[in-house]
Amino acid sequence: MAGTGKAHLRDSPDVLLRIEDLVVEFPVGRTGLKVNAVSGISLDVLKGETLGLVGESGCGKSTTGRAIMQLPRPTSGSVQFEGRELTSMQGDAMREARTRMQMIFQDPISSLNPRRKVRQIVMEPLTIWKRGSEAERSAKVDAILDKVGIDPVRAGESQPHQFSGGQCQRISIARSLVLDPSLIICDEPVSALDVSVQAQVLNLLEDLKAEYGLTLIFIAHDLAVVKNISDRVAVMYLGKICEVAPSDELYANPAHHYTSVLLNSIPVPDPEVAITKTSIEGEPPSPVLPPPGCRFNTRCPAAQDICRSEEPQLRAVGEGHFVACHFPTVTPVELTLR
Amino acid sequence: MSTQIQATSRDIDGPLLELKDVTTHFKTERGLVRAVDGVSFTLERGKALGIVGESGSGKTILSRSIMGLLPPRGTIRGGSIKFEGREIGNLDRKAMRSVWGKEMAMIFQDPMTSLNPVMKIGKQIAEPLQIHLGMTKQNAWATAERLMQDVRIPEAKRRLEQYPHEMSGGMRQRVMIAIALACGPTALFADEPTTALDVTVQAQILDLLGEQRKDRNMSLVLVTHDLGVVAGHTDEIAVMYGGKLVEKASTRGLFANMKMPYTEALLLSIPKLEDRSHTRLNAIAGRPPDLVNPPKGCRFSPRCPYAVDKCRDEEPPLIATAEDPNHLYACWYPVGSEAYHEAKVRIAASKDAMSAVAVAGGN
Repeated sequence: MAGTGKAHLRDSPDVLLRIEDLVVEFPVGRTGLKVNAVSGISLDVLKGETLGLVGESGCGKSTTGRAIMQLPRPTSGSVQFEGRELTSMQGDAMREARTRMQMIFQDPISSLNPRRKVRQIVMEPLTIWKRGSEAERSAKVDAILDKVGIDPVRAGESQPHQFSGGQCQRISIARSLVLDPSLIICDEPVSALDVSVQAQVLNLLEDLKAEYGLTLIFIAHDLAVVKNISDRVAVMYLGKICEVAPSDELYANPAHHYTSVLLNSIPVPDPEVAITKTSIEGEPPSPVLPPPGCRFNTRCPAAQDICRSEEPQLRAVGEGHFVACHFPTVTPVELTLR
Repeated sequence: MSTQIQATSRDIDGPLLELKDVTTHFKTERGLVRAVDGVSFTLERGKALGIVGESGSGKTILSRSIMGLLPPRGTIRGGSIKFEGREIGNLDRKAMRSVWGKEMAMIFQDPMTSLNPVMKIGKQIAEPLQIHLGMTKQNAWATAERLMQDVRIPEAKRRLEQYPHEMSGGMRQRVMIAIALACGPTALFADEPTTALDVTVQAQILDLLGEQRKDRNMSLVLVTHDLGVVAGHTDEIAVMYGGKLVEKASTRGLFANMKMPYTEALLLSIPKLEDRSHTRLNAIAGRPPDLVNPPKGCRFSPRCPYAVDKCRDEEPPLIATAEDPNHLYACWYPVGSEAYHEAKVRIAASKDAMSAVAVAGGN
């Protein structure tokens, strides 16, 4: 896995976001070394689509989400959003562009200002951008709070700590919606929630997506959650993309060994299903000194010499299904027409 | 270490742990919080029990009540907790010290905050060995190295000299397990041990816990909100809701024949890999009850799709199913009963009526 390539990018007028050769590196103190958080990935998202990004901690999925927002700016590569290049955008233009894309974070309680009233928190973006009159703003905030299932009256009187985790996540979602963005980047939005509340928030995101015509990038480590909400899923490992496929296809026919490992690790809520012995040992290597060749080769059950020297490129194995592996579990097809 | 366990065992034949009507209430400004409200069960030696429920169901407080890890002020405890036949529910912290480590140990959700950040890993494992088992420092460090190998930490010797921040989350959780196992406990309590970890690491840690349980003939209490985690790694499951035990059965029995609509709802709310993407999830509406003013009758009734007036008025007792005396549940109209099916038909009808209205409105 852990390959590069752009075979999976689509040439469609509906592309809302297109990332090419995105690289994000962080210096390690003054050692001259660097953390290779994201190492040359390319992705695109169509209007109204939900793209799922999955992988273990440290695979670069959150960094990718933040690099799209230009927070921080990527080391190199291109991010085109609504037809405009973001990496070279400066000042007011950048601020304006950021109103079109919003983020929701993992910890719903710490992402809200504890000293302010919930209604003020949701109102703030409208006040900053001076959208509409006082009355219009008020009406809009009430409408959105109502949509996410928070009582506007209570929101006017209460602070975030007076709400539960699930409710705080609803408030975060309301805040991200008030500026009418086209893209919402959700970074592990349900990982801190109980399964019952998780289902509520996922259903809410689906409803809001349909109602407001949103495009979502959904970052998570739980494959079952990602499958449920996504149209297309990209699996990441150590800063690279292993596999991209339509959601159902990826789970039905995983082509990358790493994808299979992730799928096999999910605990099945059924005691009659025999526990398959963990098919993977250890943890990902350090992104400071990633292994040469395919980055997954140190843990891959099928690794051979070529995997340790040559980096695999993304290639097609099915309709919209691409894998970066020298020995995929699904036979590659040569695409004649694109 | 096995001699240690033998020496402290008083009643080898009886159950390891016996809870009778355990209550844990907290005094707060808002009033009395009934966090655990009358829970009874037994746990046999060497068995793994899963305690499942949402946040605020009382599962963590229950396990902490057994361990005696509750704030001393403002806590009102009741009922009886017998461990190896000995009453431990009324012991204070000082008296519990002889129980902690050697007989019961606990691992927590967040391995970073449970480890001392400025103490070497080796010392954190060796210290309890020196204090509880009276080992020499040299012996304790040698045992620590062996424990690190037991929990599959590579390069154990070098790792002993490291600090927690030099390790990944999964490795830290392994260290926590090594510390918990150090004095050879008869029962290990794991409170959401894998919630903060990746799925791949979660699978590794759960396998490790299961393996150590078998090797050491230890009982394991796995506290979690995820039915998926307990399904493959426990012998029995206790489901808690609103401070009460609402269902308890063997793991297979529970999944094959769940009685409590709450258990069913918890299971249905998990997204399933077999389902196509964008399948609507069965969320449980509403929130867990306020334990200062718990609802009258069945505590799940305000959120239960099948609830009728009786559920809102009278509290259902915990009773056994007709087929299995060890399968307990507290519900007036359990899953599979006639009233349950009637309610299902009623709900389906009202849904149809609602969508018909929606279609008419759309036109």
